[in-house]
Amino acid sequence: MGEQRKIKVLVCKPGLDGHDRGAKVIARALRDAGMEVIYTGLHQTPDMIVQTILQEDPDAVMLSMLSGAHKALCPVIMDKLKENEIDDVLVSVGGIIPDEDKPFLEELGLKGFYGPGTELKTIVEFVKNNLKR
Amino acid sequence: MTEIDESKTLKPTKTERREKFTNLSDITIKPLYTPEDIKDFNYDTDLGTPGKFPFTRGAYPNMYRGRLWTMRQFAGFGTAAQTNTRYKFLLEHGTTGLSVAFSLHTIYGYQADDDEALGEVGKEGVSIDTLKDMETLFSGIDLSKISTSMTINAPAAILLAMYIVAAEKQGHSADKLRGTIQNDILKEYIAQKSWVFPPEPSMRLIIDTIEYCAKNVPQWYTISISGYHIREAGSTAVQELAFTLADGFAYVEAAMKRGLDVDDFAPRLSFFFNSHNNFFEEVCKYRAARRIWAKRLKNKYGAKKSESMRLRFHTQTAGVSLSAQEPENNIARVTIQGLAAVLGGTQSLHTNSFDEALCLPTEKAVKIALRTQQIIAHESGAADTVDPLAGSYYVEWLTNKMEEEAELYFEKIEALGGVIPAIKANFFQKEIANASYKYQREVETRDRIIVGVNDIQLREPCATPLLKIDENVAREQIENLQRLRDQRSNETVQAKLEALKEAAKGTENLIPFIMDTIREYASIGEVMATLKEVFGVYREDSIF
Amino acid sequence: MDYSDLIQKLLNGNARAVARLITLVENDSEASENIINAIYSHTGNAYILGITGAPGSGKSTFISILTKIFAEEGKKIGIICVDPTSPLTGGAILGDRIRMKDNFSLKNVFIRSMANRGQLGGLARATEDAVKILDAYGCDIIIVETVGVGQSEVDIFRSAQTVVVLLVPGLGDDIQAIKAGIMEITDIFAVNKMDLAGADKKIADIMQMLELGMNYKYKSEKDEDNVALKSNWTPEIVKVNSRTGENFEKLIELINKHRDFLSKSGVMENYRKNRIKSETLQILKHKITKKVEGLISSSPTIDEYIRLVMDKSLDPYSMANLIIKLLGLE
Repeated sequence: MGEQRKIKVLVCKPGLDGHDRGAKVIARALRDAGMEVIYTGLHQTPDMIVQTILQEDPDAVMLSMLSGAHKALCPVIMDKLKENEIDDVLVSVGGIIPDEDKPFLEELGLKGFYGPGTELKTIVEFVKNNLKR
Repeated sequence: MTEIDESKTLKPTKTERREKFTNLSDITIKPLYTPEDIKDFNYDTDLGTPGKFPFTRGAYPNMYRGRLWTMRQFAGFGTAAQTNTRYKFLLEHGTTGLSVAFSLHTIYGYQADDDEALGEVGKEGVSIDTLKDMETLFSGIDLSKISTSMTINAPAAILLAMYIVAAEKQGHSADKLRGTIQNDILKEYIAQKSWVFPPEPSMRLIIDTIEYCAKNVPQWYTISISGYHIREAGSTAVQELAFTLADGFAYVEAAMKRGLDVDDFAPRLSFFFNSHNNFFEEVCKYRAARRIWAKRLKNKYGAKKSESMRLRFHTQTAGVSLSAQEPENNIARVTIQGLAAVLGGTQSLHTNSFDEALCLPTEKAVKIALRTQQIIAHESGAADTVDPLAGSYYVEWLTNKMEEEAELYFEKIEALGGVIPAIKANFFQKEIANASYKYQREVETRDRIIVGVNDIQLREPCATPLLKIDENVAREQIENLQRLRDQRSNETVQAKLEALKEAAKGTENLIPFIMDTIREYASIGEVMATLKEVFGVYREDSIF
Repeated sequence: MDYSDLIQKLLNGNARAVARLITLVENDSEASENIINAIYSHTGNAYILGITGAPGSGKSTFISILTKIFAEEGKKIGIICVDPTSPLTGGAILGDRIRMKDNFSLKNVFIRSMANRGQLGGLARATEDAVKILDAYGCDIIIVETVGVGQSEVDIFRSAQTVVVLLVPGLGDDIQAIKAGIMEITDIFAVNKMDLAGADKKIADIMQMLELGMNYKYKSEKDEDNVALKSNWTPEIVKVNSRTGENFEKLIELINKHRDFLSKSGVMENYRKNRIKSETLQILKHKITKKVEGLISSSPTIDEYIRLVMDKSLDPYSMANLIIKLLGLE
């Protein structure tokens, strides 16, 4: 006992946008669902994010972006993950993501795209059901 | 308290549709309010005449019968030239004041070609790097005729310097300028998170600004003490009220410590509140705010002038209350919120566009938002008499209750040693995180109904046309910046930056030094980097 | 499962392999056995520093500065941050990386967050295994950071050569915590935020406590584990300021002094013996507990015993003795 596989999730805020209410509420909900959540805080550059993924070995990564920078930052993050041969981590981006950007992000390998008003349990279920390992 | 006469009250019964009715501050609402609930009520000391101490009924005697509130729509995106066009559009449609939304890189004091600015240039607001951009932003707009509000904090002194110099170049002296810079760093640590320097040097820059403007830009509002972001970060209405006023007290105390006379600067402090969905709670929040501020300024800080005690505020409707589902419903929400702000006596108002949970507002949505204000002003009758809700048992009871709850928070903050120690102890951050999580849980369990979100929800594809920022904006902005670097005297810029650095190490007022760098077209990134060398940078804790 | 590929990568200095192996030892003690077995001969080179302090004492910033100093000396550094698991949900929020932002850019720094996942010495085991992985990875210094000072922290710090406890002026609770048990494992007290009023008062409080003879680590006659360590190390006290970096050279000096003390006085060897002893004890406890729990939850014999205890024909002590017999541990 005391020994079970825990889902480990990285919740982070790339870019400069400081609206972390959503990210924090999600972090808390994932914790309350029994997951181990690493919260990186604000203003993460793609390098910092990939470095953290590399060291913490999470099962899932939740990026929260409300400033419209997702189209510039997500490709950089996904490229760097590839460079480091990290391909078994679920990467999701939520916040304010217009419908028309979703195919582009999906193409990069991102999932989720949850916006304002999403129920927390939907996000918890999403993480549980989409893990890659 | 006097005994309650039970015969005049109404107890909750089993036939009610909910077990308990609470507002967004978790205050329990009774089924009926009667004179019993405001037994100690005294018209003269609790309310008083509008425009007079304690200002509960309003900041001015005849309120909107004299002049309507300023309809100020927050706008900014892309390059300075693009935003300039939007401003001209707004002015043509009856906007009476401009309000600048800056790009995130400007808000953090990075220039467009910094690594940190990747993906942010012009996205959430207008990208401003140097004086050149500021000149373009207001090209063709007479800066002596309009009032401008700039939502900027950590680098506020730099943007103010740019504005003053841009006006100078239009031929207007600083004493003609009217407007506001947000310049409220305390709420950044508490809620909004766009800090740069640690609290102490940040406070110095703010007091420098207050001191400088008191002498040179007398019509300028030097801080807009903001509850808006505290609320957006998930606080309750009571927390918004209490934390914002506590920040206000901290600025007053810091300026007095500098040796300024409270009556010289207090009239130039203004406030910025949120307006959320619970109509009466919001109205009472504004009324309580005016009363608390007036009493405190008079009794504790010894203000003599009536203007020092008079709390004036801008209101923006709650961005966080907007739903991405069925976005048109937001028009109704914004109407209720806007009406609450008006009945609460706001001096200016920004109504959100219904599509903001999806993207930056489109022109059509901006126009509906502005029209909403005009309908409240001209059709609803709400602006025809001063403080029409006064005397309602419920409203007066709730106003008293909000004041009491705020006072409890002031005591807690005091016990922690004041606002800055409380920030460092993460007191505010924890309170807000708890409130925000609780609210979210209530929505999920349907203890709170959000129409179209957790109640009656129609699934339909989003047909709202979205405003997109051209990805070329960043390239254009960076090219402009590079061109400017080639044109200016880099040697002079370096010399002025060096002088600023030396001054920062001492105790002199930094505003004149910052203006010297701006005149030479130093970029915001260069000025901030210089100050960072002396002041250091702030780091957050993780609070849940 | 075969971990030889990952282990080879680890020994070649691959950070991703470190991360994966730590996940494995966190989740599965059987994997740990195989992994530790394979890398054990490559461990023993790192210096292990334990750091604790009450919430609000500024641990992360403190560690951030220490790390920078070590990194500038050209050292490779591993950091393990331990945060509590919620006893209600089993989840945890690990937020220590936030204040270590400056260290992300340092190439030779590996930071890993771990949740303590409750009781039964499981934490100490997983942490010690993670320390060994970082050791084999080639870290010169490994910093283990925990919040608070419960029994599990004391267990964790058994693997640390030098333990630094961080205090701040004003917080009353931290001295209480010291009284409650941390004193016996502390080598250096650092009073952070030295610019605040009350720093000297805090030092006086610590000194008073030291005079009361509450530092057991190297003195206690009673604590069997520590008997061999009887020696003359009196915990040092230093004032620092994590915000400005002030006085860190003094702190480093004290850490080095303690390191010298351990090696010169011959304490080190005893120390290592004790460490092995206590670590093995932890492993045994863990293994036996697991076995016993497995037995209790699924054995008809145990069910029968329970019925007997319920009928009062057996008492719980006698039942425990029967189980020990059953396990062949008598």
